[in-house]
Amino acid sequence: MMRLPPFTYLAPKTVADAARLLGEHGADAMIVAGGTDLYPNMKRRQFEPKVLVGLGAISELRGVRGSASRGLSLGPMTTLTAVSQHAEVARHYPALATAAGLVSSPQLRNMGTIGGNVCVDTRCNYYNQSYEWRKAIGFCMKKDGDICLVAPGSSRCWAVSSSDTAPVLWSLGAHIRLTSADGERTVPIATLYRDDGIDYLAKRHDEILADIVLPPADGWRSRYLKLRRRGSFDFPVLGVAVNLRMDADVVSEARIVLGAVASLPREAKPAAESLRGQRLTEEAITRAADLAAGPAKPLDNTDYAHFYRKKMTRVFVARALRSLAGLDDGVDSTEAP
Amino acid sequence: MNKHEFSIIGQPLPKVDAWAKVVGETRYADDLVMPRMAHGKLLRSTHPHALIKRIDTARAQAVPGVYAVITGADLPRVKFGILPVSQDEEALCNERVRMVGDAVAAVAAQDEETAEQACRLIDIEYEPLPALMSIEESLGHPEIRIHEYGDGPNVHKNVALQFGDVEAAFARADLVREDVFFYEGNTHLPMEQHAAVAQWGADGKLTLWSSTQTPHYVHRLLARILDVPAAHIRVIAAPVGGGFGGKLDPFAHEIAACKLSQLTGRPVKITLTREEVFYVHRGRHPVLMWLKTGFTREGEITGSHIKTWLDGGAYGSYGVASTFYTGVINPVTYRMPVYKFEGARVFTNKPPCGPKRGHGTPQPRFALEVQIDKAAEQLGLDPADMRRRIVCEPFTKTANHLTVTTIGLGECIDKVVEASGWREKWRGWQTGAPRRGPLRRGVGFACSAYMTGAGTAIYWNSMPHSGVVLRADRSGGISVLCGATDIGQGSDSILAYLPAEVLGLDPKDVHVPPADTTLTPVDLGSYSSRVTLMCGMAAIQAAQRLRAVIARAVARKLEVDAELLVFRDRKVGVPDDWEKAVPFPHAVELAEAMHGVLAFPGSYAPPKRAGKYKGGGVGPSPCYSYSACAVELTVDEETGEIELHDVWIGHDVGRALNPLLVEGQVEGSVYMGIGEALMEAQVFRKGLHKHPSMLEYKSPTTLETPEIHTILVETDDPEGPFGAKEAGQGPLLPVLPAIANAVYNAVGVRVDEVPISPEKVLKGLDLKRQGKTPRVGPERIPLFKFKEPLVVESAFGQPADAVAVRPFADQETSR
Amino acid sequence: MKVRLALTVNGESREVLAPVHKTLLEVLREDLGLTGTKHGCELGECGTCTVLVDGEPVLSCLALPVAIEGRAITTIEGMAEGGELHPLQQAFAELGAAQCGYCTPGILLTAQALLDETPTPTRDEIKEALAGNLCRCTGYTKILDAVELASMRMGARK
Ligand SMILES: Cc1cc2nc3c(=O)[nH]c(=O)nc-3n(C[C@H](O)[C@H](O)[C@H](O)COP(=O)(O)OP(=O)(O)OC[C@H]3O[C@@H](n4cnc5c(N)ncnc54)[C@H](O)[C@@H]3O)c2cc1C
Ligand code: SF4
Ligand code: FES
Ligand code: FES
Repeated sequence: MMRLPPFTYLAPKTVADAARLLGEHGADAMIVAGGTDLYPNMKRRQFEPKVLVGLGAISELRGVRGSASRGLSLGPMTTLTAVSQHAEVARHYPALATAAGLVSSPQLRNMGTIGGNVCVDTRCNYYNQSYEWRKAIGFCMKKDGDICLVAPGSSRCWAVSSSDTAPVLWSLGAHIRLTSADGERTVPIATLYRDDGIDYLAKRHDEILADIVLPPADGWRSRYLKLRRRGSFDFPVLGVAVNLRMDADVVSEARIVLGAVASLPREAKPAAESLRGQRLTEEAITRAADLAAGPAKPLDNTDYAHFYRKKMTRVFVARALRSLAGLDDGVDSTEAP
Repeated sequence: MNKHEFSIIGQPLPKVDAWAKVVGETRYADDLVMPRMAHGKLLRSTHPHALIKRIDTARAQAVPGVYAVITGADLPRVKFGILPVSQDEEALCNERVRMVGDAVAAVAAQDEETAEQACRLIDIEYEPLPALMSIEESLGHPEIRIHEYGDGPNVHKNVALQFGDVEAAFARADLVREDVFFYEGNTHLPMEQHAAVAQWGADGKLTLWSSTQTPHYVHRLLARILDVPAAHIRVIAAPVGGGFGGKLDPFAHEIAACKLSQLTGRPVKITLTREEVFYVHRGRHPVLMWLKTGFTREGEITGSHIKTWLDGGAYGSYGVASTFYTGVINPVTYRMPVYKFEGARVFTNKPPCGPKRGHGTPQPRFALEVQIDKAAEQLGLDPADMRRRIVCEPFTKTANHLTVTTIGLGECIDKVVEASGWREKWRGWQTGAPRRGPLRRGVGFACSAYMTGAGTAIYWNSMPHSGVVLRADRSGGISVLCGATDIGQGSDSILAYLPAEVLGLDPKDVHVPPADTTLTPVDLGSYSSRVTLMCGMAAIQAAQRLRAVIARAVARKLEVDAELLVFRDRKVGVPDDWEKAVPFPHAVELAEAMHGVLAFPGSYAPPKRAGKYKGGGVGPSPCYSYSACAVELTVDEETGEIELHDVWIGHDVGRALNPLLVEGQVEGSVYMGIGEALMEAQVFRKGLHKHPSMLEYKSPTTLETPEIHTILVETDDPEGPFGAKEAGQGPLLPVLPAIANAVYNAVGVRVDEVPISPEKVLKGLDLKRQGKTPRVGPERIPLFKFKEPLVVESAFGQPADAVAVRPFADQETSR
Repeated sequence: MKVRLALTVNGESREVLAPVHKTLLEVLREDLGLTGTKHGCELGECGTCTVLVDGEPVLSCLALPVAIEGRAITTIEGMAEGGELHPLQQAFAELGAAQCGYCTPGILLTAQALLDETPTPTRDEIKEALAGNLCRCTGYTKILDAVELASMRMGARK
């Protein structure tokens, strides 16, 4: 049986207390929300924190508040199930409901939180392995070693950002509030991510993600498509989040963000740019899809061959756009085909 | 007996162990807890190939809570293996490790955490050797030898058999096809991770509870490995949480648990992690195949020649048998008058392959059925009709001297054609599949056959393959003691139904205790689809012997002729005078008073029909099951993804003793075939298993599993218990080629290897767009010299020997 | 660090003194003797260890008992009420939906949660609900059939 390493567990009741505890314990402590990402990693000895600060008892972090017209606030401890089934989310931010509803399995969505999903560790099939396996292959720089096994000449880690909701939240223009013992700051979620497989979050270790704020939804339409081998369990090996604001049938604003193609969600700006002021014709869609595939640079460290994931980027972007344009292409577009 | 005379046979009854399973009462090996029990853990090699220079356990021994640490030096220096011809394993490696995952040391401690921690403190110095990770590498480097024995450097087994003149057969053909196929290796992935509890008692006797499919072989081998008289060893099979062939070898954790128990004087439990289960493996061999077959214009096969190369992994396991199985079963399906088979199993530094559901036969079946599809296209024939026309004749011999009895394949094909709407859905070759956007629909067809129990045992002997002792109790209950293990297939239920049928009891009155080598007569194990037939026949024999004695006693009491007595509804009496019928418990008392203790043996050994040539012992079976399969699917031309809609499977099971159980076996087989066809693969990279986890080894979920429509065909085989044949493995076989053929039907791409991943489909579509041959699959075969073939006359078409003569059969059981 | 845990399991209050890093799966099996809960990976990748917490299916291999103190935990041992099988258990037994039976506890509890929320699910809804439970034996066919049968019977009872 795979077991957790020993730790001390702290269960603060307020964000302030949590922030204080994290400040006190410094690098020894880690935050745990649903634990669905952290515990498997701990069992494989990717992390052996001395102290866990569990956020489960902090009621202010749980639940969805506000309205689509003024903007929604998602408590980071809201489960993925709750996010995916929330009526307001499903109606006005459908891509988010879709993404949350496509994470892993039903059981896992009952446990995993949206905050944990935003902060989920990057993945690599040289890294998500037991201690013994990693020892056998000689460890890599993300944990216990000093080279990259995917790109041996590289001085950095290319582990893959594998969150389903992160690209969607980015495309929706979400902001996050980070709280620590030193105070709090609110920043666009796009600035949370760094292009580094190891230090993938641009936040301090002791900063708690305390709120996720969605801007008003008016006029925006969104889609999320996910590539993976099975309809359940599997992480995305490509995620495509598209958010468009339409002025009649003309695109007035567009954001396309790709998940699972790099160490952070990647915004496909030129592709989005190309749509602005356009009607969603086949030609416009094809052009945007071609442009979007540009920034996708998958490496061979997840399921599916990387050339295939790259190829699918085009297809998925086109499908997401077609679906938003109401063009029937025979494929069910809210779910991954 | 006629079908309508049965009271239990043919009924969709719940399994006898169903109730315990739905309330969580069933105690699997890992659920066992004993006083003072210690927990064990194995330390496994981190090198694919290396010499062990030094092992130092001092630091591990010093960990508080550690009871014992052992290495190979603590065990007798014997090598073992499941087959007498491949004794090449060590429980804990002494000098050399041959794969990542080979066990080298073991710890017993007060809990699993401590044992694991101690394992990490064992210092081992390795001297790495070059690792050979593929057939090509192993054949290309004869100077590096994984084992010293075998049929050549890194060649474990090299076989060649020829039945008739293949060249002449090809010369006679209107069409001769040569194709190369590859079938990737995959694993059983039972939901239960292997577990064992050993207790070496103060009396010097050892008891082992284990999740094993074959307690008898474990018993035999433990005696050798531990150098303890077999008489002092007791192996008890725990209910098995899924086997599929993965729990058929004796394993290091079982042996280590025993030794650790001896040293600590405590019961010791070892449960493998999921990752370890991937190393223990013994799953499907990766097989590269070259197949050449001649066809007449009408689709008749004139002759067939297959060459197979099996990537065996680091040890022998069942590999010699697996090698033969890639060659010997193809001829039992269609008329194939001339046949040649060459096969080689190659050692590599990977977990050893062995028997997985269908053992060695799904690979050549995939090759043959895809090739037939290609031939049908060239000949302009409907692939279902073509197969229907060339089905083997019942009660004849095949080219390679296998005796086939009943064959329900024609009926299976007809029913599947009918149920699937094949006539409307298959619209001819090159007609273009229905399209919706990038989605294209296709249908595919394939057939197969499989054996119902191996005709020979793993070690040569002339004892029964299956034994039963049936004991009647004064309560009116009976106990069926048998060494078979229920791995979920329902063998305990079969052991209850058959005697209940013979004795007019309710299955609930029958007790089937678990296999226990001190109590239950030997059954060789739950493999090769042998249990229902072999244990079933033994159980019927024992029940009939009991019935005869009870009938005599009741006849005397009722003063009637014993011949007139009927056993039903827990009573024994004359139908015309049923009020006088004696309740079964009383009948037992009468019989016990007359006869003494009521305990009767039943024995079964298969008919002796091995072909009279070297190698003729692998392949014979009392009878063969047949399956036909149609698949309907959609291929997405932009993504290469395949969505299965429906699978129709017709299966000739001889007789469905319990249709629910048979359907369950068929559905499970189809499921596993789907996984192998689309996504399951044991892949290695840099000397290691690429992803030894449930997440990355892809097993289909409810969402990938289509509707499975099962059609049972009954042929009432004279060899089987009440006519039954196997159902647990055969129906896997046609699924893969049917899917490959359906993909071709949908998008015109031939993927000649499994799994058929979206990448491969897309690659094929790209080739098609470029005007190249839209085929994806292996291009080359290794430079390899097979043995001079053993040339034997083809026995094709000869009539089967009349009613088979079986050892241990007696008057009552011959029907 | 050992902690005193007050858990409500199958309607009973149970106190356990256990290291805080033991998962619910381990505490149920090793400290409470409830071995009906099975495990196939301990990493959240198979669904075998599913139990209900306040009626919702969760993975006991990734749940920490301290984090769910006070919530109602249901294991397979608590599914039959007062010796009477839950209609799902009855249907699973009758239809042969449990072969080796190893995935069965997790699947039964997941199905129970589904029927509690959606008494008459469509086949697709059942597939969605059970998409987090792997079974290697049955091909899911009989499992889906059994859930449908139980749902029908439960509807008829009302
Ligand atoms: C088998 C399996 C399949 C999975 N499939 C998917 C998938 O398909 N898609 C997907 O996106 N994910 C998947 N996951 C990953 C994970 O389960 C989800 O991302 C989940 O949402 C994580 O949430 P959690 O609450 O469980 O996070 P936790 O495990 O509790 O935390 C994850 C990380 O975030 C940090 N963290 C959590 N909350 C906060 C906070 N409020 N402030 C600061 N830091 C915080 C933690 O310290 C930790 O580093 C899968 C996991 C498993 C085991
Ligand atoms: S990308 Fe390289 S460094 Fe990062 S986890 Fe993978 S192998 Fe290790
Ligand atoms: S044991 Fe596999 S998900 Fe918990
Ligand atoms: S019944 Fe065996 S795994 Fe489901």
